Amino acid sequence: MPKKSYRQAINEAIAQEMRRDPTVIIMGEDVAGGFGGSGEQDAYGGVFGVTKGLLGQFGAERVIDTPITEAGFVGAAAGAAATGLRPVVELMFVDFVGVCFDQIYNQAAKFRYMFGGKVKTPMVLRSMVGAGFRGAAQHSQFLAPIFTSVPGLKVVMPSNAYDAKGLLIQAIRDDDPVIFLEHKFLYDTEADVPDEPYTIKFGEAAFTREGDDLTIVAFSRMVQMANQAADVLAKEGVSSDVIDPRTSSPLDIAAIVESVERTGRLVIVDESTPRCSLAADVAALVADRAFHALKAPIKTVTAPHTPVPFAPTLEDAYIPSAEKVEAAARAVLASSARAAAE
Amino acid sequence: MSGGIEAVTVPKWGMAMEEGKVTGWLKPEGSTVRKGEEIVEVESSKITGVVESPADGVLRRQIGKVEETWMTGALIGVVAAPETPDAEIDAFIAQFNADFAAAGGPAAAKAEPQTVEAGGRLIRYLKMGEGEETPVVLIHGFGGDLNNWLFVQGELGAGRAVYALDLPGHGGSSKDVGDGSLSVLAAAVHAAMGALGVTRAHVVGHSMGGAVALRLAADHPAAVASLTLIAPAGLGAEINAGYIEGFIKETRQRSLTAVMEQLFAAPGLVTRDMVDDILKYKRLDGAEAALRTIAAAQFDAGRQSAALRAAAASPATLVIWGRDDRIIPVAHAEGLAGARIELFEATGHMPHLEKPADVARLIRSHIGA
Repeated sequence: MPKKSYRQAINEAIAQEMRRDPTVIIMGEDVAGGFGGSGEQDAYGGVFGVTKGLLGQFGAERVIDTPITEAGFVGAAAGAAATGLRPVVELMFVDFVGVCFDQIYNQAAKFRYMFGGKVKTPMVLRSMVGAGFRGAAQHSQFLAPIFTSVPGLKVVMPSNAYDAKGLLIQAIRDDDPVIFLEHKFLYDTEADVPDEPYTIKFGEAAFTREGDDLTIVAFSRMVQMANQAADVLAKEGVSSDVIDPRTSSPLDIAAIVESVERTGRLVIVDESTPRCSLAADVAALVADRAFHALKAPIKTVTAPHTPVPFAPTLEDAYIPSAEKVEAAARAVLASSARAAAE
Repeated sequence: MSGGIEAVTVPKWGMAMEEGKVTGWLKPEGSTVRKGEEIVEVESSKITGVVESPADGVLRRQIGKVEETWMTGALIGVVAAPETPDAEIDAFIAQFNADFAAAGGPAAAKAEPQTVEAGGRLIRYLKMGEGEETPVVLIHGFGGDLNNWLFVQGELGAGRAVYALDLPGHGGSSKDVGDGSLSVLAAAVHAAMGALGVTRAHVVGHSMGGAVALRLAADHPAAVASLTLIAPAGLGAEINAGYIEGFIKETRQRSLTAVMEQLFAAPGLVTRDMVDDILKYKRLDGAEAALRTIAAAQFDAGRQSAALRAAAASPATLVIWGRDDRIIPVAHAEGLAGARIELFEATGHMPHLEKPADVARLIRSHIGA
């Protein structure tokens, strides 16, 4: 199977769906490059080059460069979806969602509900998340919880290139608005990615490690940290389930609860800030459904409750690391051992 | 062979295998071994298998220790005559490792699957070997693909080409299966053989692939030199409907693992990678629909047609079956007058993965290799 990067996998998913379905269009800032100017066409393909090459394949009618007016073009995408197209709209950095959030949470997310099911809104909003790129506080956040809290939105965050392609094709074919969050740090990571189109169902978690002593739930890039920590612990004879939910809405809580009922120990890793985070959500759900299975308190590993720092050393310290996951796991294991001894 | 000293190396089971872990030596150092005798267990990320002794002699060295991981092709043991001096063995090891390092580790030339257009479909296949002898065509079962033959494809004798195909609807082949009948699948195999320039072949089929082979022999007798049927469909009425439905329906790792454990006598053979590979296949556009169409046409409500049973009762047929098969009853092998029947103890529905060395040996003897 050919190795492809996360970036290539996303580009291929969009291209294959545009080829299959003429109603699929893409729009956003610099998705082709050179809006309104006389510069080279298809120069950019988005700031990280994800959509590069699509203008040449599908033309300017379906690959639409927009002005820097998120409220306008995200709203236009919602309207286009309601009237028969399948737009894949790019919000360059998720940090910019503030200026167009009404179009997302109060419009697109509610069309189907408020029009009595007579309208579908098959739009995908692609956006970049995550810290580590020295982008400072306004270009580095992991804002998945904001979308996850909104009924009517589906929220997807692939942790690897294989999942990225399958989840994006699923998102484009979905009849509801889907928020597709791409982690900047994963664009150059590679995986075996089939050439053929394929889909991964929403709400089905992947187990990236399997074990009986500990459950680690991790989202997006944090799956890497969780896997690293699990591999260190495995050498000491502690085996872990590492669960990548892949989508935070819908959330595969059944898989998480099933695992915790076996292991009795839970660590959740989330790059969000801690209050009202994905980690807090999963912890609350597990406490509600599997409290008596727990042998120790749940531990969460998140960013601190601060903006993302610009100073490189502080930014590195801000992001949950494999070492922090390992320390949380050891704390849970020690706590359960103390409880067992009492 | 180098002065009567033979290398035991990490085998390459399938294209993706780059390294293997030594999980257990079956013969202690210093023990007398026969050529073909199983001497060491090696585990890839996909499956655990056994490495056979390359020659008669004494297992002089166990270089790969248990739990160590080595690259494919790396030297993990040495078999030599008892009288060979230790110094010569040391020199052999040094030379082997120097050559291995110089070659950049695993052999550069590896077989890769290709596709051929045949009968309006793209058919993926893997070819191994060359020569004038009658080729071999390997046909996997329901939900399988050409990788099912990874342990045996390279072991079917020199001087011939051995092709493993992906049936329509499977692996990397087109997902169009027409009405899902045996006739459609057999015609696709025949078309692929034609496109590959194979006019006549020894045909080996597993499970549903066995029924496809029988159909092929009935429709195109001149194209089939001999038949080897491994736990084949098509010889009786019963088939495990729960397995078929579960295989199609389950989309989660754990639930599919439970389904796939029915395939093997020892459920531990099902690894996470094996299950992930099946899930990746089933997610391809058209794969699930193809499986449903085939299941409805051939295995509806746990019943299958035995219309081709009489065709199997022939000296040109070798039937291999595991006594613990939970998918298709081994009793279907009974009463096949004239055919050669070989039944394995402690073996499930996948003899070519569970007992690959024995299966390869039986096929070689059946096709006169």
